Order: sequence, then C-alpha cells, then structure tokens
Amino acid sequence: MAKAKSWLEPHPHGLYVKPADLWIDPSRPVERAAVTHGHADHARSGHGAVFATPETLAIMALRYGVDVEASHNQAFAYGDGFERGGVRFSFHPAGHVLGSAQILMEYAGERIVITGDYKRRPDPTCAPFEVVPCDIFITEATFGLPVFRHPPTGHEIAKLIGAVRAEPDRCVLVGAYALGKAQRVMGELRAAGWDAPIYIHGAMEKMCALYAAHGVDLGELRLVSETDKAAMAGQIIVAPPSALNDRWSRRLPDPVTAMASGWMRVRQRARQRMVELPLVISDHADWDELTTTISEVNPKETWITHGSEDGLLRWCELHQRKARALHLVGRDLEEEA
Amino acid sequence: MKAFAALIDRLIYTRSRNSKLALIADYLTHTPDPDRGWAIAALTESLDFPAVKSAMVRTLLATRVDEELFRLSRHFVGDTAETAALLWPEKPIPFRGGVGVGSVGLAQGRETPPAATREQSSQVSLPSPEGEGEMSVARAVDALSAATRATAPAILASLLDRLDADGRYALLKLALGGMRVGVSARLAKQAFAQAFDVPVDDVEELWHAIPPPYAPLFAWGEGRAERPDLKDVAFFRPFMLAHPLEEATVDLADYAAEWKWDGIRVQIVHGGGETRIYSRGGEEISAAFPELVAAFDQDAVIDGELLVRGDAQGGEAASFNALQQRLGRKTVSKKMLAESPAFVRVYDLLAVDGNDLRPLPWTERRRQLEAFVPRLADSHFDLSQVIDAKDFDDLATRRAGARDAAIEGVMLKRRDAPYVAGRRAGLWYKWKRDPLTADCVMMYAQRGNGRRASFYSDYTFGCWSEDGELLPVGKAYSGFTDEELKWLDKFVRDNTLNRFGPVREVEKSLVLEVAFDSIHASKRHKSGIAMRFPRISRIRRDKPAEEADRIAALLAMVT
Repeated sequence: MAKAKSWLEPHPHGLYVKPADLWIDPSRPVERAAVTHGHADHARSGHGAVFATPETLAIMALRYGVDVEASHNQAFAYGDGFERGGVRFSFHPAGHVLGSAQILMEYAGERIVITGDYKRRPDPTCAPFEVVPCDIFITEATFGLPVFRHPPTGHEIAKLIGAVRAEPDRCVLVGAYALGKAQRVMGELRAAGWDAPIYIHGAMEKMCALYAAHGVDLGELRLVSETDKAAMAGQIIVAPPSALNDRWSRRLPDPVTAMASGWMRVRQRARQRMVELPLVISDHADWDELTTTISEVNPKETWITHGSEDGLLRWCELHQRKARALHLVGRDLEEEA
Repeated sequence: MKAFAALIDRLIYTRSRNSKLALIADYLTHTPDPDRGWAIAALTESLDFPAVKSAMVRTLLATRVDEELFRLSRHFVGDTAETAALLWPEKPIPFRGGVGVGSVGLAQGRETPPAATREQSSQVSLPSPEGEGEMSVARAVDALSAATRATAPAILASLLDRLDADGRYALLKLALGGMRVGVSARLAKQAFAQAFDVPVDDVEELWHAIPPPYAPLFAWGEGRAERPDLKDVAFFRPFMLAHPLEEATVDLADYAAEWKWDGIRVQIVHGGGETRIYSRGGEEISAAFPELVAAFDQDAVIDGELLVRGDAQGGEAASFNALQQRLGRKTVSKKMLAESPAFVRVYDLLAVDGNDLRPLPWTERRRQLEAFVPRLADSHFDLSQVIDAKDFDDLATRRAGARDAAIEGVMLKRRDAPYVAGRRAGLWYKWKRDPLTADCVMMYAQRGNGRRASFYSDYTFGCWSEDGELLPVGKAYSGFTDEELKWLDKFVRDNTLNRFGPVREVEKSLVLEVAFDSIHASKRHKSGIAMRFPRISRIRRDKPAEEADRIAALLAMVT
C-alpha cells in the first residue's frame, strides 16, 4: 500500500494530488482543480480545468463565470468519477449545500476521503451525507468544540414562525448566506407549512432560480424591491447577512433582525452581530455530528482541514484516534456557517 | 426557571430600553411570588451565593468534561457561565428523528443513520428529568443559599442536571452574577413602576428597604396591601442628578456654584437605630467604610462626596486613585483605615430630626445644612464650600485654574429648586474640567469580554522616556466607534509581533490620542504616572510614532 504522505500533499492553499497533478479546493488559480462545492472559499475562478458535480459547476458558472460548456471542465454525478495518473476520483454526497460532494480518492490500494464542508442533518435542498469508508478521512471542523450542539432545525424554524406571528405589524428579516443557507431556510419553512410568499433580497434571485432549475421547490418568492413596504408586514424576508444592518433594510416594515447560523449558539456572538432573533441553523456538522461521523467512517487516520481543529484533535486523542491538523488558509468561517 | 431563562434570553438580544422595560414588566405581572422577586434581584445583581464561584464551577465541569476541551471552549466563548451551560452533558438527543421538519425533498427515502451518542453521556449516569416538576427560581435560590463550600458542587450539579441549555445559562448567571443583560437597578425599578402603574420614586425608596424577594413590594404594587411603612428603616432616597453644562452660561443669581469633587457620591442614612451608606446606584456600601458608619450618629440623611485623605495633599482630599483602593471591599484592614482614612464632604441635607427637607428650596436646605454639619465629627465630615464667584466669567476662570487633586469641575445648583429624584432639566448642572489629552503609541492589545470576545479592544499605550524607550502609561478600552474598533482590531491582527496568551504585542507604529480626566504620580507603573479614566479620543493614523508625547510632558500635568 502506498503511503498517503507520498502522494497527497497538504499545502496552505489546498491539497495537491501528486500523481494526478491536480489540486482539491485550491484557494488560488491552478491548472486542474477538483472542487467539493460552490462556496467561495472552496471554489475559485481562474482554474484551467474544473472537476465537480453538475450542480457545483452550474453554481460556479453563475457566481464566477466558469464556462460549463468548455470541454476541459467535467461534471460528475454522485457515485461517478474519473481516473487520472493512476488515481481514481469519485464524488459522494456531503449534505452541505446543493451539489456538495465528498471526494474519494483511491490510489495504490489506499482510500482517502476529503469531505469539503458537510453536515448530517436532513436538508430539503440537497442530498444527504453518505458514509464512505476510507483509510484517511479529511474532515472540516468549523464547529469542532463541544459547545456547538445545534438544536433540532424544527425548533429553530418554529421560533422563526412564532416571531412573525407574535408581531404581525412587523416583519422578520433573516440573514442567511446567499448560497445554501438561504434556500435551506426557505425549504425548511415550506416543510413546516409556511406557504405565504417569501420575500428576498435581489442578490439571491439567481441562486434561488438555479436551485429551482435543479428540482428544489422553494415555493413562491418575491423581490423586496418590487413590493410595497406595507405588504411585507407579518412576512418573512431573507437577505444576505451583510444586508441586515444596511440601508437596504430601511425599506422593510420595522424588521426583527434574525440570523441563521451555527455561530448563533453563542450568545455573545449573536449580540456582536446585532441580532435580535438568533436561529441556530447550520450547514456544517456540529460537535456530535463531527465526532459521530469519525466513529462511523472509522478511518485509520483523521486529517482536519479548517475550523476549531484543536478541539477535534483533542477528541481524537481522547479516543485514541490518530489525527493531524492541516492548517489550510483562506477558509472563511464566519459568513456561511 | 423556563420563564426566567426566556426573559434573560430576550433581554440579551434586546437593545431598546423601552422594549427591555416592556419585557421585564410583562414578566413581573405574569410570574408568581417569590420567583419574580428572586428573578429581579438576580437581574440587578442583588444576590450573592458565597459558596458558588466561577472557580468552583470550573472544577465541577472538570468532573464531567475534559479539561482541555473546556479550556478551548472557554477561550472561544469568552464567558465561564455560558461555556459551562453549553458543555454540561445532558441526556442524549439523536440529531435525526423526532424533528418533524426537514426530511422532505431530496432527503426522502434515505436510510437514517444510527443516532448520535452524546460525547460524555457514557461516562456518567444522570438522574432522569422525567417526573420532576418545572424547577422554580425560588427552589434554585433556596438550594444555592443552603450550599456550603463542601456541598455546593453536588447541589449545583443536581440543579444543572434538571435543566436544558438555556435553563443552565440562567441558573449559572443567577448563581455567579455578571448577568450582562443591560438591566440596571434603575431600569428594574422603572419596569416595576410600569408593570403595576405606581410612581417610580416610591419604588426607588421602598426597594432598598425591603430585601429580596420583595413580597411586600409586590403586594403594594398589586394593590393588595398598603405602602410599606419606612418609619424605622434606614432607607435610600433616590439621588438628584445633574445634566452636563454644554456651551451655555447660567446666571449666578439663580444658580449657586460648588466644586465638583472627584470621589464617589454617597448618601448616609441614619434611621431605626442603624446607619447605612448607599452609593449612587443605590447599592449599600456600609461594610467598606466602617469608620463613617461609626462616626455618623445623628438622626439625619446627608448627600455628599466620599473622599480619602492623602499624605501628599497634607491630609487633604486625595485623588480618586487613592480612593479606589478602598472601593468594593467587604471588610477593611486596620492598615487601610490608617493609610487611607475616608471622610465625607457634605453638600446636601435631605432629612433631619424626623423632618423631610427634600421639598424645600436649595437655599433653605443649605441654611439648615450649614447649621447641621457642626453636629458631626469634623474628623470625618466637612462642609462642601459654595464658590463665591462674582459672575459666570469669574467662575470660568476659577474652574480653569483649579489645581486641587480632588476637584473634577464645578456644580451649578438652582437656588429655588427642591431636591427631586433623577435628572431634571434646568435644576442641576455639572461642568467638568476639560479633559487632558496626550498622543501615545499602541504597545499591546488584548481581547475584550462578552460582546467583544472576538475583538482586540483593550489597548495598552505608552510614551517616550528620555532614553527613547517606550514606557506604558495607561490602558483604555473605550472612546472609539464600532467602525473604529473593527479597524483597530484589524490593525492589531495585521501588526502582531508577539503573543502572550490573550495579549498581543504590536508593531509600535500607531499613535492614539488619549483623553483623560487627570494624571497622578504612581509607584506601580514604570513610567511613574497613572491616568484617571483614559479613553481613546482619536486614532492618529497621520502621525508618526516618533512624534508621540514624551513622559516628561505627562509629568507636567500631574496633580
């Protein structure tokens, strides 16, 4: 069996697969990149060739102008993959956002899985995480501290709907990352029976349409910019977090400021963001999901890409699991968690 | 505990004062005795459980959670109570299943993986919360009050075991204090007045006469009982407060001028055979100043400034710096009593020999005050003098020339005004001396607490010595806007030279204009000086560090 360290090199700006001359989620332009999902800290513009799921490629086309039709960019459905330089690559659902994938690499009898970002909870807008057995499991650790235990999503959605109903003269403005979290919140609202139109910030329109085109039904969405202020009383508005305390929000009827993020678990963090209604809804695995997943995958070795790696390393140590931190740079932990 | 936890949670995220008042008032009207009384006492930091302290909570946590994981978590969260509340292991909740929402669309039809097992639950067996009634605030208070150092850990553990994360947070904040929900005693009293539609001045007076959980106060508020009788109680009278005088002049025919002393405002009350000292916020601080309690033997209520005498001032009033050593103590050593003896400079008389003087005009109260002060021991009480200025310009000149270490500025009091609670327009003005400023260089930065846990918001700055060495002269954590804080935080991160735990040493390149009220000689600092109330007044990105002030320039400002 080959030793992983000889064929997979962690660099601060990404993982380099040597025999295939290919990078995974590089944070700077490279010749060949396999991309786990469409968030900006994993998917960048300017690569020569991109290998990703069809949804991720579509998202990259929308956000960074990547040419999906170009023959050097290749799309692979979940379970499919390609071979290069003796390395077999395949894509498997990560449950993070639409199109998000874990990448399994097999080389000389060794199996390595890189999760990208992932979660284990059900999400109406993307395929659920699959446990892929491997020798080396390369995991994220955004919420790698035991203080992070996300409550059941249904509780948070009920809290949101309760807040709208409690003050029918106001609206609730939910700050949610434009790719993934926003559509998740909408999908969860629909699943909970909220069938009124959901009002959105213009910056989300195209991404919501992309989700709909990929079969994710978000119900009726309307643009805030095309709606009378008074008509939005008692309604739910979804906008990117940056718009929460922006002048843009002045067009809303006395909004209650909410924010959907795993960071909302920590009260003082929520206060920092000037949030009145924190919603602990995350697209990242919480502490229990991270540790359970390591147990279920049961790798020989765990590598940790980014987040609170110290916490997860300590857990691995306590459970006598071999682990190391990779210290990747350029991962934006604040916005989309 | 659920309603109390929900109240705290709402208060944390509510910024508007009116919304806070409404939330508390709503809680007070809908919660039974004695829970609401204990809750309001907790919100205003009026409870103390000597056996329960953060060190004990940390030790207790170490029996349930790995110490290293606790340390990492505490560092991230920035607050012991919140960390402990989130970390306390509870009954396993599977992260799938039972949620009801979410398993639609693409997720449908997939097999549900095995439920997660909680990290620590295999290590301890917890009592089942089933079958237990809702734990009341009163029950928690009773249990914590009965705790001794030996029994406290087990008692706290059993309470924590029966609460969810929000309940644990509420309990720990109640037990440890440091609620930080922006509820002052004054706000709580206003909420009470609003909840029961009673005058807030009455609430202020009664509040300190009745101990938590304030049952007679609620009975009166709800109209079930008469106003409690305060005849034989040394109760607190709400202070009359001043507005700052801004770019206006007043006619000294209408206003009397006095020095504004740089000590702490106190009210000394003698009634029902006992003497109590109250601070401005209405907290009782008698224990810290036993010599004043002993010396005040007249049936009266005075308003004045508590100061200490200093050798450097020839036995006269010393700077605030000297007074600080005596604040916040529960007991005082003989040495401290001898080194920093306290006295009160009296400026108002609110009651004497059973008569309430508050409705009388200032001139009349002043006349009675001047007659009264000689009845007190002159070792511990003296009269705050009226400044005999010809006119406003003369007063301005005297204010500018005042060099006394304990003078902070001038007070202007309307001669015909009665003594009324709170800050009323046009009656009293404070006219502080202009702040002094110095250009200093940022040397170290430290992360803040609470809301600022992720920001480097506390700055140590220095000035140049004669040998061209930068020596720290002070530390400030206010005076800047949120935008400036973001900029400063980024500057610290981008210019870090060294890390010492939570402290970062930075490139000595940024000049900060620091404002302060006064400056004093200090043996504790290598620079030999200490600033009073330093704050960042401007970020001087335009100024090279070499051009910041010299220590010598600061020494020239010492009073």
